[in-house]
Amino acid sequence: MNRAETDKLIHEVLEVYLAETGKQRSQHLMVNDPGIEKSSKCIVANKKALPGVMTARGCAYAGSKGVVWGPVKDVANISHGPVGCGQFSRVGRRNYVTGYSGVNIFGDINFSSDFQEKDIVFGGDKKLARLITEIDTLFPLAKGISIQSECPIGLIGDDIEAVAKKTAEKTGKVVVPVRCEGFRGVSQSLGHHIANDSFRDWVLSNRDGDDSFAGTPYDVALVGDYNIGGDAWASRVLIEEMGLRVVAQWSGDGTIPEFELTPKVKLNLLHCYRSMNYICRHMEEKYGIPWVEYNFFGPTKIAESLRKIAALFDDRIREGAERVIEKYAPFAKAVIDKYRPRLEGKRVMLFVGGLRPRHAIGAYEDLGMEVIATGYEFAHNDDYDRTFKQLQDGALIYDDATSFELESFAERLKPDLIGSGIKEKYVFHKMGLPFRQMHSWDYSGPYHGYDGFAVFAQDMDMTINNPCWKMLKAPWKQQPAENPMEAAA
Amino acid sequence: MTIRQCAIYGKGGIGKSTTTQNLVAGLASLDKKVMIVGCDPKADSTRLILHAKAQQTIMNLAAEAGSVEDLELEDVLKAGYRGIRCVESGGPEPGVGCAGRGVITAINFLEEEGAYEEELDFVFYDVLGDVVCGGFAMPIRENKAQEIYIVVSGEAMAMYAANNICKGIVKYATSGGVRLAGLICNSRKTDQEAELIEALADRLGTQMIHFMPRDNVVQRAEIRRMTVIEYDPHCRQAEEYRTLARKIIDNKKLVIPKPITMDELEELLMEFGVLEEDDESIVGQTAAQEANLCAVA
Repeated sequence: MNRAETDKLIHEVLEVYLAETGKQRSQHLMVNDPGIEKSSKCIVANKKALPGVMTARGCAYAGSKGVVWGPVKDVANISHGPVGCGQFSRVGRRNYVTGYSGVNIFGDINFSSDFQEKDIVFGGDKKLARLITEIDTLFPLAKGISIQSECPIGLIGDDIEAVAKKTAEKTGKVVVPVRCEGFRGVSQSLGHHIANDSFRDWVLSNRDGDDSFAGTPYDVALVGDYNIGGDAWASRVLIEEMGLRVVAQWSGDGTIPEFELTPKVKLNLLHCYRSMNYICRHMEEKYGIPWVEYNFFGPTKIAESLRKIAALFDDRIREGAERVIEKYAPFAKAVIDKYRPRLEGKRVMLFVGGLRPRHAIGAYEDLGMEVIATGYEFAHNDDYDRTFKQLQDGALIYDDATSFELESFAERLKPDLIGSGIKEKYVFHKMGLPFRQMHSWDYSGPYHGYDGFAVFAQDMDMTINNPCWKMLKAPWKQQPAENPMEAAA
Repeated sequence: MTIRQCAIYGKGGIGKSTTTQNLVAGLASLDKKVMIVGCDPKADSTRLILHAKAQQTIMNLAAEAGSVEDLELEDVLKAGYRGIRCVESGGPEPGVGCAGRGVITAINFLEEEGAYEEELDFVFYDVLGDVVCGGFAMPIRENKAQEIYIVVSGEAMAMYAANNICKGIVKYATSGGVRLAGLICNSRKTDQEAELIEALADRLGTQMIHFMPRDNVVQRAEIRRMTVIEYDPHCRQAEEYRTLARKIIDNKKLVIPKPITMDELEELLMEFGVLEEDDESIVGQTAAQEANLCAVA
């Protein structure tokens, strides 16, 4: 679609709203112009969702417990408050870890302080201290404990920082209080920020002044990869093959000792900018560690990223990057040769969290597909700044799209594929539209790196070219010629 | 007959608990059946009736038992002077937890357990200081207290508080049946105190239902953890409390209050000489600056 057509589409969809709602929502919808440098004048982002519009957003607790802290391998994350938040966020996110439950991995266990009426009235600090002692006794190998605050903790003013300090002394473990009460902020995005700050304040400086770690000039950390379906592993091998040493993974399959060593690295490699730029900026400021954004979706972006990273090191690494690109080129070509003919020209609509709506575009384009519309649940303006150039001219962009908007756009654009989350999936299935979950990779993955690209291509093919989409019309609604009764007559 | 439910509010330290207990003892001495519900974590709303230091509270007992569902009514309800039924909501130590939620939980418990189904003429809620949050407004929500008495004195801060409480009442009066029933002036022996409170009551659209003189016998009784009515039923102060009790029995003047603005209140206080007119020239001046000015002059 050209700019005028997309603009017309936006106006048609907005017409249905009440005047005030339409005015508000119009600021979150726009037509792409790759020439735009700054998004602040074209789109409003990171604002509170309007009541009644069915936003897809989560809360600060989801951002901290679910996104940032959840994937950490050796930490017992306490959901502090009533039991539901912890129970319904348990092992929901497919962030892979290696190890044994209760021995060196703890993410599959719901540690909850199970707040009752009396804990609200009398405060929960004593119970929290007991719970931490209990975890220390039952799971002595856990390297750390995080306290993920649910809403009531912020309302009754419990002093979880004091409990953290006291129990950390007693247990010798890292104990991190996180003030991620769900009512804070407008989406899970503030939870990411709060979680980053908790790493900054309670973990990152633990080994300041300790020089016993033998560093190399090639030490890096992978930041903002949550190892969904093994993404971080598929990324790490490439970084290592080019000659760099990965000291830490933030936070998929990551550990407390890794986080504590991160201030010793030479460069932070940042994948999910939205959820972890905060800690990178802090390390840049305090330890002088530079950071660079990269994109490991699809061979084009992978090669670009490897070269971008290598450019910050010496010739050895630059040669390493070229070697890696060359090594995997036949593999990537084989994937493209196999799937591109089946996917060429297919049109895609995306609606994901804070990174993939722009990062996944390259992978689709490698397969000959085009992203005609994209948008974020909880992006900020700096994410849109990074989006315009990745996206074709005239494409549709939506911020915190409402369920009505998404469905209306899909009805009119008739894309060949929609990539979004579990809340959207079945709505579009019922509309007869092929759909992939782009938060959890639909129980598949990895999608990062060359290995991930092969899985990605296969998944898109088997979804779009699935024979089921041709069978959506009921037999009795088929053409009369196909009616067996008529044929018999 | 229906139970009359009344709530007593007023600035912290004004004498709400003392007034409530003496008043309730007065009602009991006139053969009324009364229950007191203390809505203050300090749990000092029933000690003069029970001759106890502090009654075991609903929330403390619930915490011991596990949850409030594990309690029975007889665990929390104690009978005192002339059969007055006493219960304390209880709550946390200062600085932790949520006392407001304690009040909500306790009152819900009393309702569910049928504490209000007994033969009762009056229920009195003795509520902590200001209506600081939703929890402390619980006693004046739908189907709870219908009559509110504010304890006040001729001191400026007590009158500010009374006016603020009226603002809270208006909110619930428009959505439910709660009404302001009068001001009880607990005398601090300030100048023209009765006239001032009469004037305030008039502005608020209510009445000063009684002027309670100051008398040391109240303190003497309190040391013995008793009400004046029980300690010395024939003294003049006991008769004052019985008079208040009679006035409340006959009280028909229930109104939606008309809270006044800060300026109006200050005007009233100035009229009675409690407050002097602001001298704008000294606002924000430190002692050093003033000394300097004097030196120049």
